[in-house]
Amino acid sequence: MHSLEFDIAHFLAGGMVVISLLLLYQDRLYALINVFALHSLALALAVGWQAYIQDAHHLYVTAGIALLFKTIFIPVALHRIIRKLGIHRTLEVVGGVGRDMLAGAALVALAILVMLPVTAGADALSREDLAFALAVVLLGLLLMISRHNAVSLVIGFMSLENGLVLAAAGARGMPLAVEISVAFSVLIALIVIGVFLFRIRERFDSVDMQAMDAFREERRR
Amino acid sequence: MPLPVLLMLSMALLAISIYAVAVARQPGGSRRVYGAALAISTLALILTLTHLLTAPEPVTLTLPLGLPWLGAHFRLDALSAFFLIVVNLGGGVASLFALGYGQHERAPERVLPFFPAFLAGMSLVVLADDAFTFLFAWEFMSLTSWALVMAHHQEPANARAGYLYLVMACFGTLALLLAFGVMAGPNGGYDFATIRAGDMSPGVATAALFLALLGAGSKAGLVPLHVWLPLAHPAAPSHVSALMSGVMTKVAIYGFIRIVFDLVSQPIPWWGGGLVLALGGITAALGVLYALMQHDLKRLLAYHTVENIGIIFIGLGLAIAFQANLMYASAAMALTAALFHVLNHSLFKSLLFLGTGAVLTATGERDMERLGGLIHPMPWTALAFLIGAAAISALPPLNGFVSEWLTFQAILLTPELPQWLLKFLAPAVGALLALSAALAAACFVKAFGITFLGRPRSPAAAQAQETDRYSLAAMFTLAALCLLAGILPGLVVDGLGPVVGLLNGEARLVAQHNQPWLTLAPIVDAKSSYNGLLVLTFMALSGTAAAFLIHRLASNALRRGPAWDCGFPDASPATQYTAGSFAQPIRRVFGSIVFQAREQVTMPPPGNGSPAKLEVKMRDPVWDYAYMPITTAVVAASTRANDLQYLTIRRYLSLVFGALVALLLGMALWR
Repeated sequence: MHSLEFDIAHFLAGGMVVISLLLLYQDRLYALINVFALHSLALALAVGWQAYIQDAHHLYVTAGIALLFKTIFIPVALHRIIRKLGIHRTLEVVGGVGRDMLAGAALVALAILVMLPVTAGADALSREDLAFALAVVLLGLLLMISRHNAVSLVIGFMSLENGLVLAAAGARGMPLAVEISVAFSVLIALIVIGVFLFRIRERFDSVDMQAMDAFREERRR
Repeated sequence: MPLPVLLMLSMALLAISIYAVAVARQPGGSRRVYGAALAISTLALILTLTHLLTAPEPVTLTLPLGLPWLGAHFRLDALSAFFLIVVNLGGGVASLFALGYGQHERAPERVLPFFPAFLAGMSLVVLADDAFTFLFAWEFMSLTSWALVMAHHQEPANARAGYLYLVMACFGTLALLLAFGVMAGPNGGYDFATIRAGDMSPGVATAALFLALLGAGSKAGLVPLHVWLPLAHPAAPSHVSALMSGVMTKVAIYGFIRIVFDLVSQPIPWWGGGLVLALGGITAALGVLYALMQHDLKRLLAYHTVENIGIIFIGLGLAIAFQANLMYASAAMALTAALFHVLNHSLFKSLLFLGTGAVLTATGERDMERLGGLIHPMPWTALAFLIGAAAISALPPLNGFVSEWLTFQAILLTPELPQWLLKFLAPAVGALLALSAALAAACFVKAFGITFLGRPRSPAAAQAQETDRYSLAAMFTLAALCLLAGILPGLVVDGLGPVVGLLNGEARLVAQHNQPWLTLAPIVDAKSSYNGLLVLTFMALSGTAAAFLIHRLASNALRRGPAWDCGFPDASPATQYTAGSFAQPIRRVFGSIVFQAREQVTMPPPGNGSPAKLEVKMRDPVWDYAYMPITTAVVAASTRANDLQYLTIRRYLSLVFGALVALLLGMALWR
């Protein structure tokens, strides 16, 4: 059971969780995007490995999409966006490494506690994969709510989506059509978000969510 | 064979609805639509009547519609045949009336498309044989009738009535949905055959009874779920009001009977019958008290529907109680009474609403205080209305008397019940029924007297014209049926035999057709019997004799003298009895307690020429104590939830995140 194949799959999926934790305390936007690229690379490798051991060829396409879009295209696009916005030098105040790490570790523990008993019937590989995938999703959500910058929000959303793809690949693959449509929807989301970022900047001179909240507060009165 | 034809007729009604969209604006469009509806209803009526009288074997049909794994089941048995007769009779007569009445409609495009669809919806509810089809047709019926209520939506009162109706209809459907869910159980057998065959626990049977009471009761107008009814029924055009009050409430009662007497395979506990009985008694008494306080003719009739629903539920409650004690012969009596009253109420309530429609066309008034003296310009309408009023007041030899008499006969059988609570409850309900019957008579003396007798109270009433032939034909059809069902009750009871047998384990009343002289003797001749024909003959003979004697012995000279000539030879019509003054004694006796009616008289001081004023303030106890707390709670909750609308995006995300983590934690800890 504990073959080399299992160990590698375990390693790659666990690597994604570790990279998700890394994402949590990156206070520079460039670094954040680079770590996200690493995250997507790990995803591509994990899905590719799944394709190899499951002998499911359509998963290679999934891995290719992850490599092409999420590892290369989206990070490059985000790099360009923040350079255009002129916020590549801004430091984002992150709540504190210790606190975030503790919260992240608790979420990982929660994911494993939930998933392992629920999937008692499935084989070990997909159980581990599902637990890791849930952890990645939860960490992505945590990233989204702990950041102020809109770009960080986008990164959180994308890493969350990576977790979903990992889960789908582990669970004996989902239909290719679904995967492709998800990939395209993420791309379109990127485009829409990119456009919005510029629009928001035009209006508010900032992509800091707190600044926008201030406007909302005024409108509300 | 009749079932596919009936379904096709319903489809034809739906097709007419679509056709009506196209022709609603054309001059002859309304004639064509109502004529087609009349033809279809008549055909369906003949079909169902022959089915009920000849072959009461259930016929079923499954169509590949609706939910894919369920299909649409339809079934025609004695119960659905009887209610189809009620639906199609009411629908046909309303269409006939509308051939004339519909000409005066201001916005025909808001009425015509929905009218045939409403008829089709009611037919489909009665024919449905699985929960999905039933609820779909039920909602279809609710929505089309809502659209008809909203036909004159420009008036704010109508819009409010429509909103309230929609809320209550949603609530009722929710209760019915839960009832079917409970009965289908975890296996989800949603066709009625499976539900009937499955074995339920007593708890499920009780839950189904409660939910059916809520669901069907809110549609039928059972107190305290009646609040929408007196607002919504009058808001629709009169022929639709007749359908809603006379027929749709009966479809609701069909739903109750179908669930409680047919689908629930477990006997309902006896106290369930007691509950229905008590609710019926309260509904009957409160409904007629409400009706007495009304001066709007249509609203009075709508409140009076509440009373009659109470009478029907008294019969049904007694039947449940008898069945719980395995007294099937007595249950047959109670069921016959309830079903007979279903038919009767559909006849005379439709008749009265149509009469009100005729008055409304002639005068443009619904307020009794502005009517009066209409018997002179509209003698035929007045006669039809009078027959309806006498029938609804349960005067022999008309039909209302027979069904109320049967209900009393069933109440008189309750001392044989073993439970002491029921032994005490049934006579109390009987007293309430007697009270409401008397008050109903007072109510309709007021309705007829103030509207048709005396002198006109407004110029509009003075210039009224007799209504058209179609309307009169419709009204006299119903009036004739009222009289026929009153003097030939044995035939109706025999016709109801298969229905009662279906619901009552094949126990039914003894056949009446071989009784001598058309006597109705439900138990034994010696104990109690009623002969409508005899009463009619006696009334005709004594009436003729009295008229003969008076004309013979009294002076022949015709005198015309001023009415109300008490020292004021040219008194204005305002000095007549008004609707308010007619109801005043009853308001004093009952209203001060039930409605907290308070009267205040403002007398101007001597020398001041301004008129004295009488102000009456009444409160609706049901609204105050049952609905206001709910409304207040909903408003308070939504005010608090309103804060959630203005959160920042991070707060929303945090909420999602928190909820997710909490759920996962719960899942992890639960296992």
